[in-house]
Amino acid sequence: MKYMLLIHAGAIDEKGAAAECSVEDWMVYDKEVKEAGIWVSGESLADLVTSTTVRVGPDGRRTVTDGPFAESREVLGGFYVIDVPDLDVALDWAARCPGARGSGSVIVRPIAEFGA
Amino acid sequence: MSTDSPRPSEVQSSVESVFREEHGRLLASLVRRFGDLDLAEEVASEAVEAALVHWPAWGVPARPGAWLLTTARRKAVDRLRRDQAYAARLAILQVEADRADHAPPADSDRGLPDDRLQMFFTCAHPALAAEDRTALTLRCLAGLTTPEVTRAFLVPTATMAQRIVRAKKKIREARIPFRVPGTDKLPKRLPSVLQVIYSVFTEGYAASSGPQLQRLDLAQEAIRLARILRHLMPAEREVAGLLGLMVLIHARHEARTGPNSELVLLDDQDRGRWDHTMIEEGNDLAVPDRRPLLLGQRLHPHPAGNARSLPRRHRRRHHPLRDPQTRAPRRPTRSLPRPDSRPQPQPPHRHPPRRPAPSPRRPHRAPRLSFRRHHNRPNPHRPQDKLTHSAQRNE
Repeated sequence: MKYMLLIHAGAIDEKGAAAECSVEDWMVYDKEVKEAGIWVSGESLADLVTSTTVRVGPDGRRTVTDGPFAESREVLGGFYVIDVPDLDVALDWAARCPGARGSGSVIVRPIAEFGA
Repeated sequence: MSTDSPRPSEVQSSVESVFREEHGRLLASLVRRFGDLDLAEEVASEAVEAALVHWPAWGVPARPGAWLLTTARRKAVDRLRRDQAYAARLAILQVEADRADHAPPADSDRGLPDDRLQMFFTCAHPALAAEDRTALTLRCLAGLTTPEVTRAFLVPTATMAQRIVRAKKKIREARIPFRVPGTDKLPKRLPSVLQVIYSVFTEGYAASSGPQLQRLDLAQEAIRLARILRHLMPAEREVAGLLGLMVLIHARHEARTGPNSELVLLDDQDRGRWDHTMIEEGNDLAVPDRRPLLLGQRLHPHPAGNARSLPRRHRRRHHPLRDPQTRAPRRPTRSLPRPDSRPQPQPPHRHPPRRPAPSPRRPHRAPRLSFRRHHNRPNPHRPQDKLTHSAQRNE
């Protein structure tokens, strides 16, 4: 069963990285996930100031806006998709993720399965 | 659970009582076998329907639980034969569950005496909302129907049905496993199970709504659940402690209310109406003989408050937890699960103690006045306290 781990950074330092963990932490975790054979995909998202929002209105007109910016305290900073047997295992991996520490949080969402 | 055609009522009540007793075990075995809570519930109730048809004619079987389980299993197999896609999905689930069983270090030293233990842990999984855990536990393990669970919470049936459906959907779709956590995780997961039981008890001890102060059905249900859990985990002291706490408190239930179901405070209670068998049981649970108590394992309030109400052998034994001078019950320690949104069972003393200072026969026990004062205070948040307390002042 696949689960997406949505990594939310609470406090962000001036470089836009999560404040409570180092690059080395992430590299170690990434290695662990891949070596465990559960890694499906995963990316780290670029700085939030680079984001752009697109909406298409009922008339088909496209609206493009800069942002959104961090209005809430938590910013989606990256994700992993892992394939593990059940929620308990997924929660264990989420708990080991550096992004879960300090003011950060990891939201675990099962990937919907369509068909058999 | 009942059929339309008239049945001998004793058979029906026998089926109901068997079902009540066996429901948790039946459901847990079915879930373990088929890995699906909905399927398990459906075939369990079909088995009960079959029992209502067959038992009046053939008599109640010698092992009614086994009869129900066999019947339910057959019905599940029938259903899976009819629905191949469903069966295929379940087969995948089963394979993955087996895979999961091998993934973490297997918990081989702790045998699985009964599938209900897995059910306790699934129903009280921290990924479920607290109120859903309680509702599911009452339904799956205590064998309450949704309307009965509704009555327990005093919410509309539709709300409760929705809540249960949502929780079951989460178990199924987020794949919350039916598994007893390994020894390494058990200390973190057990409190959640105990909290469910304790919050049911708390509602029974001091109902948050409704005309009655106590709701004995809920208190008894909590004790019944704790007894099952104790049977399943006899070595867990937290379980023994919780059961001890509940039976000691429940031992006073008859004396706790007057004829108009008003609160009777401890000093005014007719102690003859206390259940001494329960007090005995609670004492033995709380303080197993000859076993050293470690700090942090004190889970229960002092049961009786009065040394004279205890049998002689208890009076003689000097023990920190059976301190007859400390009449206010000790607050449960941090390790005890606390329902966060429900009223707590209050210490039974809610006004300043009337009794004289401890007798000089026990000079070594200094009265713990500050402790008592602190705990004897009425709780201004409980209307019944206010009433009774002011009524007593007027006397």
